[in-house]
Amino acid sequence: MSDFHQQALQLAAQQQSPVWLQGLRAQAAIDWQKVIWPTRKTEHWKYTSLASLQKSHPVLLKNSASQSESLSNSWQQDVDLIGVDAIRLVFVDGVFNAASSTELSADVVLFSQANPTQQAVIQQHLGTVICGDQHVFATLNNAWVNEGVLVHVPRGTTLSKPVYLVQVATITGQAVSVNQRLLVVLEENTHAEVIEHYASTAGQQNSFVNALTEIVVGDNAQLQHYRLHLEEENIQHIGAVHVNLMRNARMRGFTLAHGSRLKRIDYQINHRGPGADLDLQGVYLPRNKQMVDYHTNVQHWVPHCTTNEVFRGIIADSAQAIFNGRIYIHPLAQKTLAQLSNKNLLTSNKAEVNTKPELEIYADDVKCAHGATISQLNSTAMYYLQSRGISRSEAEVMMSFGFINELLQQVAEPAVRDYLLPRLALLFGRDKVLLEAAE
Amino acid sequence: MLRIANLFAKVEEKEILKGLNLTINPGEVHAIMGPNGAGKSTLGNVLSGREGYEATSGSISFNGKDLFELSTEERAREGLFLAFQYPVEIPGVSNMEFLKASVDAKRKHHGQPELSAVEFMKLARETSKRVDLDQAFLKRGVNEGFSGGEKKRNEIMQMMLLEPGLCILDETDSGLDIDALQIVAKGVNEMRAAERSFIIVTHYQRLLDYIVPDFVHVLANGRIVKTGGKDLALELEEKGYAWLEDEAV
Repeated sequence: MSDFHQQALQLAAQQQSPVWLQGLRAQAAIDWQKVIWPTRKTEHWKYTSLASLQKSHPVLLKNSASQSESLSNSWQQDVDLIGVDAIRLVFVDGVFNAASSTELSADVVLFSQANPTQQAVIQQHLGTVICGDQHVFATLNNAWVNEGVLVHVPRGTTLSKPVYLVQVATITGQAVSVNQRLLVVLEENTHAEVIEHYASTAGQQNSFVNALTEIVVGDNAQLQHYRLHLEEENIQHIGAVHVNLMRNARMRGFTLAHGSRLKRIDYQINHRGPGADLDLQGVYLPRNKQMVDYHTNVQHWVPHCTTNEVFRGIIADSAQAIFNGRIYIHPLAQKTLAQLSNKNLLTSNKAEVNTKPELEIYADDVKCAHGATISQLNSTAMYYLQSRGISRSEAEVMMSFGFINELLQQVAEPAVRDYLLPRLALLFGRDKVLLEAAE
Repeated sequence: MLRIANLFAKVEEKEILKGLNLTINPGEVHAIMGPNGAGKSTLGNVLSGREGYEATSGSISFNGKDLFELSTEERAREGLFLAFQYPVEIPGVSNMEFLKASVDAKRKHHGQPELSAVEFMKLARETSKRVDLDQAFLKRGVNEGFSGGEKKRNEIMQMMLLEPGLCILDETDSGLDIDALQIVAKGVNEMRAAERSFIIVTHYQRLLDYIVPDFVHVLANGRIVKTGGKDLALELEEKGYAWLEDEAV
C-alpha cells in the first residue's frame, strides 16, 4: 500500500459527516482497502501516470463554518466568475464559502443542511449512479465525503435559476486534497441548468481535487450541464461525471479542460430509459508540459436512445492528451442512434495525443458511427487564407481557434460562451472586440 | 502590369503549362477560355503561388517584380487577387475576422495603420450591400454553409475590400444562376478602373455578355493558341475548341 493509499484511509476515518452518510463512508473505506492502485498496466490508465499523486501526502481541510469565515478571499483577484444570474455555491479549497455564495434555494442545499426529505433523496441516490467497480477515485470520494451539494428538483417544480458551483484551489505549498461532491436529481418533467467551474489562483498550486458528480435525469426531464476545468498547471484533478438518463430524458453536456500536471476526467453516461437523448461536447487544450485525459463511456441499455458526442483537442508544445471514448450498445438497445467524433490538432512536433474511439455493438438494428482524426491544419484552407494576404503563422492561429470555436459557438448558455470566448481567444491571440462584435 | 513569358509549370510531376505567354496592361480585361484540362485553373494557382504548383521555367513579372520571389501572402498584399472556383469553407473562423485580417495585412504592407474594429465593420457592411450579401453572413464562419452563389459573392466582396491591381476570376460563373451571375458581373464592372486589370477564366461565353473583355485567349494544351477580341468568344461558343486544338498541333 502506497503512502497515499494509507494516508487516504486515515483521513477517511477522521472525517466527520452527518450520521446518515456514515454507512456509505464506512463501506467505501472497506472497499478502498481492497482497491488496486492503477498503474500504467491498468487498461484505463495506460497513458496517465499517477506516480506524482501516489507520492503526495494528502491533507483535507475541515468543512466547518467557522473555518470558512477565516479563509482569505484574495482569490477573487485571480479568478473571475462567470457572469450568470444563478444560485452560486463557492468552495475554497473544498470548504464552503458562504460569503462568496448567493443565498441557496429550497432545491439547492448542502448535504449538511438537507432536510429529512432531501436526506432521503441523497441516501437513495448517492453512490448509486456510479457504474462499475473500476472507479478507484469514486470509492475514495465516497470514503471521504462529509459534505456536498444536492440539487433536487421535485416533480412538477422548476429551478428558477441555473446552479453555479465553483471550486477554487488557493493554498500553495501544502498538498491539500479537495473532495468535491455534487448530486443532481431531476424528477419527472423538470429542467435544470448546472455549471461546474474548477479554478485555481495563480502560483504554485499543489492541490489534488477529486470532484465527483452524480446525475439522475428523470423521465422527460432536461438538463444542461457544464463542467469547466480551468485550473492552473500544478493542480492534480481527477474528476468524474456519472449520469443516468431515464425515459425521454435529455442532457446537453459541455466540458472544457486546460491541461495541468495531472488531469483526468471520466464521463459515465447510462441510457436507462427508452427515448433518452444525449448531446455531449468537449474541448481540451493542454499546453507546455501539461496533460489532459478524458475517458467517456456511454452505455445504451434500452432501445430508442440517441447519443451525439463530439470532442476536440488542440495539443501544443510538449503537452499530451488522451481521449478514450467508448459507446456500448447492449443487446436490448435496438434502434439506437449513436455518433462519436474526436478530432485532434497537434500544433507542435512534440505534442502527443492518444485517442481511442470504441464502439461495441451487441444489438442488430442500430445506426452508429465513430471516428477519430489527428491532423495538422487543412492545407487548402491555409492556402485560401494566405491568398488573401494573411501570413502563415496568423492563418495557423486563426484556424486553430476556429477548430474549437465551432464547438464554443454551440454552447447554449450565453454566459458560459461569453466567459470562455474572450479568454480562449486571448489564448490564441485573437481580437476580442471583433469576436464579440461578430456575435 | 503582368508579363508571363514562356511559362512551363507542373502539378504533381505532370507538366500542365507548356510555354505560355501573356501580357496584361493596366485597365485591360482578358478572358481565358479553353477546354477542360487545358491548364486554366493551373494558371490561376501558379500566379497565386499555391503549394504544389511549380513553375519549372519561364518568368512572370508583376508590376515589375519577379513573382516567384514573393510568397502567396506577399503576392496578395502586392495586389494580386484570385477569386476561387471553389471558395473554401472554414468553420469556426468568423468571416468578419477573416476579412479584417486580410485587409489589415494589406494595409500594414503598404505602411497604413490597421482599421479599428468599428471602422472595419462599417466598411464590411457597406461592401456586403454592394454584392447583395446579407450582413448575417459576416457573422458566420468563412463560407460556412454558404450556397454556391453566396460563396462567389463573398469572393467579390473580398475583392472589393482588398482593391487589388490584378483580379483573377477562376470560373467564377460555375454553378451560378442568372441572378447571381448578374450580381457578380455588376460587382466586377464596378471595379473596372484604369489601373486595374482582370483575368476572367471561364468555360462559357455567357459571362462575357456581362463582363465584356478587351481580349479573349484560348488556352489549349498548356499554351495560348489563339487570341482575339470579344467576338472570338462567340465564335468559340458556336464552333467549340476542337478546331483550335487541331491548329495548335
